[in-house]
Amino acid sequence: MDTILPFFSTYGSEMLYKTWEHLYISLIAAALGILIAVPLGVALTRFPKAAGFVMGVLGVIQTFPSFAILAFFIPLLGVGKIPAIIALFFYSVLPILRNTYTGVSGVQKSLLEAGRGMGMTGWERICYVEVPLAIPVMMAGIRLSTVYLIGWATLASFIGGGGLGDYIFSGLNLYQPEFIIAGAVPVTLLALLTDLLLGKVEGWVTPKGMKKMREAA
Amino acid sequence: MLKFDHVSKVYKGGKRAVQDLTLEIEKGEFICFIGPSGCGKTTTMKMINRLIEPTEGSIYINGKNILEGDSVQLRREIGYVIQQIGLFPHMTIQENISLVLKLLKFSEEKRRTRARELLALVDMTPDYLEKYPHELSGGQQQRIGVLRALAADQPLILMDEPFGALDPITRDSLQEEFKKLQRKLEKTIVFVTHDMDEALKLADRIVIMRDGQIVQCDTPDEILRNPANEFVEEFIGRDRLVQARPNIQTVEQIMNPSPITITGERTLSEAIQLMKHHRVDSLLVVDEKKVLQGFIDVEIIDQKRKKASLVRDVVETDIFTVEKHTLVRDTVRKILKVGMKYVPVVDDKHRLVGIVTRASLVDIVYDSIWGEDEMTKIG
Ligand SMILES: Nc1ncnc2c1ncn2[C@@H]1O[C@H](COP(=O)(O)OP(=O)(O)OP(=O)(O)O)[C@@H](O)[C@H]1O
Ligand SMILES: [Mg+2]
Repeated sequence: MDTILPFFSTYGSEMLYKTWEHLYISLIAAALGILIAVPLGVALTRFPKAAGFVMGVLGVIQTFPSFAILAFFIPLLGVGKIPAIIALFFYSVLPILRNTYTGVSGVQKSLLEAGRGMGMTGWERICYVEVPLAIPVMMAGIRLSTVYLIGWATLASFIGGGGLGDYIFSGLNLYQPEFIIAGAVPVTLLALLTDLLLGKVEGWVTPKGMKKMREAA
Repeated sequence: MLKFDHVSKVYKGGKRAVQDLTLEIEKGEFICFIGPSGCGKTTTMKMINRLIEPTEGSIYINGKNILEGDSVQLRREIGYVIQQIGLFPHMTIQENISLVLKLLKFSEEKRRTRARELLALVDMTPDYLEKYPHELSGGQQQRIGVLRALAADQPLILMDEPFGALDPITRDSLQEEFKKLQRKLEKTIVFVTHDMDEALKLADRIVIMRDGQIVQCDTPDEILRNPANEFVEEFIGRDRLVQARPNIQTVEQIMNPSPITITGERTLSEAIQLMKHHRVDSLLVVDEKKVLQGFIDVEIIDQKRKKASLVRDVVETDIFTVEKHTLVRDTVRKILKVGMKYVPVVDDKHRLVGIVTRASLVDIVYDSIWGEDEMTKIG
């Protein structure tokens, strides 16, 4: 106890700042991931043959160690926040892409035929039928990927991206456990809170009819 | 209104699903396509709204070649009901019904009014508008499926085995409801089915198909009287041919015009007296204007006589009726299928005008068999 309070009084405001930094690095990466992966996932459902290939390649990239990817970006983009965000963005793509693809291709064929038969354009089918029906699966991917990113964003400090990783790394280097804790605990809390929040968001964006249907089932 | 001109469809892989089909359909006509599985009914139908493009030939709607316009525009002008119903689970009934109107950029208010209006056509209350498809029974869902195809007041409706997935009783009542609706709205309907009863009941003309070609295209009566060949005969079935006595047409002509009735104000003991006197086990209950209220039978009286004394209090209102202009062959099937002993006949104001009993049907069937024997003797 008597070490915590002095620690806070010295580092409290810095900790808040780093938490904020950590959060926005991960959220920007996740947002970029959504922005790219959702349309791409929908587009891939139009080309099932290409889809297998793209998923395969992304699956392989995903297995590269995170450090290797981060290190890979240093010669290309230098150090700092931007390369960190870009590296994290790469990580976020696959789960969102995969779930979008699975969700959209799982929509019943009869519903698509009904839509086509009543005169929907391809675009209208996506907006009114495919995406709304795929939302629960898509949201699961977004939630998972965002929570992971918050964990992985710790590594951003390694290439000068800042965030709570700074504490963890300096704690490790200088063998000062209080720094490790000062980094790890907020990261965990952040991840939990984000998951909770995204759970709520999932509730808001899932069409009411589908929620009711699941309750009834 | 709709014309097929030497239309063929060859699928990738060389399957000839439809071969050189030529057919003209009039405005307001109800056409049923029927035939064995794989004979090309669905293919033919889907070529009309260009879900499938013909390989050869042309299709005209009101003189205009449909292959020349925009397919999306075309589909918005044609109602389409699929077998799997295909209501969107994430939309309310209101949204489902009026989706075409949304595509056509109607205002929210117009869409709402229209949905309400349509729902009334099938006797469903407006509170269903806010419900979701999974909250409805199969029959109600299919009603909504049909309404959805009517939303933009499309003059032409395509239906691919729309009642196929329903249980026989629900199907029966939906068919009836739908036929009435069609007469009222004067739509041209192309209806695919594999159920001969359904085709005979609904169609103005039946198109019998086999291996992608038309075998016979005629009115139900003509097909029953003069099947084009053995394939058609077999397809219709022997028992139906027997029912097709040309001189007997409507229920009104064969019914017993003076059924035993009672009014609700009478007592149960009076009812029993009446049954005993006429040697019957049930009575039809009518009001003073002869409007049918229901029926009572010995069983009901036996169960309830301790608790009630007036006919009115025990009358069973869940009763099956036919309209006096119904064709005999439909009624025969109904009576045989549902296993009823009799069916009350009513007019359009639901006033009781007669009764058809199993006995009267037996007479018809005997007559027709006897009639047929005599024909062979002469021939
Ligand atoms: N997309 C397709 N590609 C290749 N062949 C097809 C395709 N769709 C249908 N066929 C074939 O064309 C023929 C006619 O099919 P269609 O679906 O029109 O039959 P149908 O009369 O509707 O049969 P059912 O009563 O079983 O629905 C069948 O032999 C079927 O196997
Ligand atoms: Mg079919």
